[in-house]
Amino acid sequence: MRNDNGALLKVDGLEAWYGESHILHGMKFDVHQGEVVTLLGRNGAGKSTTMRSIMGMVAKRKGSVTFEGTETIAMNSNKIARLGVALCPEERGIFASLNVKENMVLPPVVKPGGLPLSEVYDLFPRLAERANSQGTKLSGGEQQMLAIARILRTGATMLLLDEPTEGLAPVIVQHIGDIIRKLKERGFTILLVEQNFHFAATVADRHYVVEHGHVIDMIPNAELQANMGKLKGYLGV
Amino acid sequence: MMTLFGIPTAALFGQLLLGLINGAFYAMLSLGLALIFGLLNIINFSHGAQYMMGAFVAWLGLTYLGANYWVALALAPVIVAAFGIVLERTMLSRLYKLDHLYGLLLTFGLALIIEGFFRQLYGISGMPYAVPKELAGGWNLGFMYLPIYRAWVVFASLVLCIGTWLLIEKTKLGAYLRAATENPALVQAFGINVPVMITLTYGFGVALAAFAGVLAAPIYSVNPLMGSNLIIVVFAVVVIGGMGSIMGSIVTGFMLGILEGLTKVVYPEAAGTVIFMVMVIVLLIKPAGLFGKGA
Ligand SMILES: Nc1ncnc2c1ncn2[C@@H]1O[C@H](COP(=O)(O)OP(=O)(O)OP(=O)(O)O)[C@@H](O)[C@H]1O
Ligand SMILES: [Mg+2]
Repeated sequence: MRNDNGALLKVDGLEAWYGESHILHGMKFDVHQGEVVTLLGRNGAGKSTTMRSIMGMVAKRKGSVTFEGTETIAMNSNKIARLGVALCPEERGIFASLNVKENMVLPPVVKPGGLPLSEVYDLFPRLAERANSQGTKLSGGEQQMLAIARILRTGATMLLLDEPTEGLAPVIVQHIGDIIRKLKERGFTILLVEQNFHFAATVADRHYVVEHGHVIDMIPNAELQANMGKLKGYLGV
Repeated sequence: MMTLFGIPTAALFGQLLLGLINGAFYAMLSLGLALIFGLLNIINFSHGAQYMMGAFVAWLGLTYLGANYWVALALAPVIVAAFGIVLERTMLSRLYKLDHLYGLLLTFGLALIIEGFFRQLYGISGMPYAVPKELAGGWNLGFMYLPIYRAWVVFASLVLCIGTWLLIEKTKLGAYLRAATENPALVQAFGINVPVMITLTYGFGVALAAFAGVLAAPIYSVNPLMGSNLIIVVFAVVVIGGMGSIMGSIVTGFMLGILEGLTKVVYPEAAGTVIFMVMVIVLLIKPAGLFGKGA
């Protein structure tokens, strides 16, 4: 059994609110160095809210989130980013008034050790070709690639990827799967939100199932097939 | 006497120059308003008062400390911006999540207070401010007489506007600013201290207004109401150009100044209202403004 104290990201008793609505009710999970971990769950379960809370983007939150042992629950998002956590948001967040290149280099380098820009373009050759296009002139798949690509050069070691395959054609989903595996080889630690558990099974080490703002189960990827019936029940598919 | 389209050329070019000067002020002021509106979501009604403060700081500096025009041009924007930053930190920053209307009301109230304060101390008759000796006199261009100071105002304003535009469109800092205008939460989540950036942007917008105020001091008398007379027209400029559009503010500012000047030659009775007529037409045809995006 793994020692929890060794976890890179540790979430415990995390609660979060949007205004008066209480969304997260004590999320508890952890992600170890070099792991790819998913959050699975139905629409509205609180997966994105969990990502945004870890990133410090939800104003009202309680409980504990530690990254490399540092408590971040009371930190502003810019401080959390500087520790080496980076988000690829569900809505992608490509800036319309910036071209591809400007979008790519917008996130500041927070730590040494990020991928050099040339390597990022090697992973996503499409983006090099479109460097001078306006951000929103990109296709959905290209926007998704850009949203992932731009956080790779910052030196962040913990990547939060919120539904990177949502609405994309199967070949692009495959490409993104390849990228995630390559990033894992490079030593990135990844927390992934996915609706598509078939895709999740091809990249992840472990899966947490989220319902109504808390974790109801954890399934190691090796045991996913054996637990398929249970998982489908959780997800209502 | 030379004429062009039946109008004496000296009068025509004289009014064109006046229009260009007014346009220079419209451009500098609407540029600051556009910057502030873009990032802070606040319609800064105290912009005119801050412009007036720039002129007053110049006048006070000269009168009481012997600080000349050039010192004022460098320091008044800094001093007034510092005052603006205090306002932003203590008051405006509480309003960002609310409707535009609250920011408008607050800054309108602040404008009245600031103006009232200067009126109480200095009356409304206006104080003269001499043209600096380096820029005194003028050039006879043959078809018209060009006062050097007026040429300087147009030149300084162009440099300032183009410099600001380059800063925003071509630099990394400008990219942060544009990105934060679209999605401040995400820019902050990338590690940028957006609240500080917002404060400095407000300070910069206010500094632009104060700089314009110093430029204005030798042309218009230094007067507590100089800002409120101007700001209504500047708001029309911003509406015509498109709220928040930087290039739109600059181009529209100069163009409307010139249009106003030409109207004075052709049909003087309409000179005071032509900008508002353009505003009405633009609002009817393209509500987002000439350079605005979306609705
Ligand atoms: N900005 C917001 N303001 C108020 N409520 C919100 C906001 N964003 C999300 N919610 C609510 O919080 C709950 C959780 O939303 P969240 O986006 O975290 O779900 P999710 O698990 O990511 O769902 P999906 O799979 O659809 O992306 C939902 O009920 C949603 O309506
Ligand atoms: Mg979501």
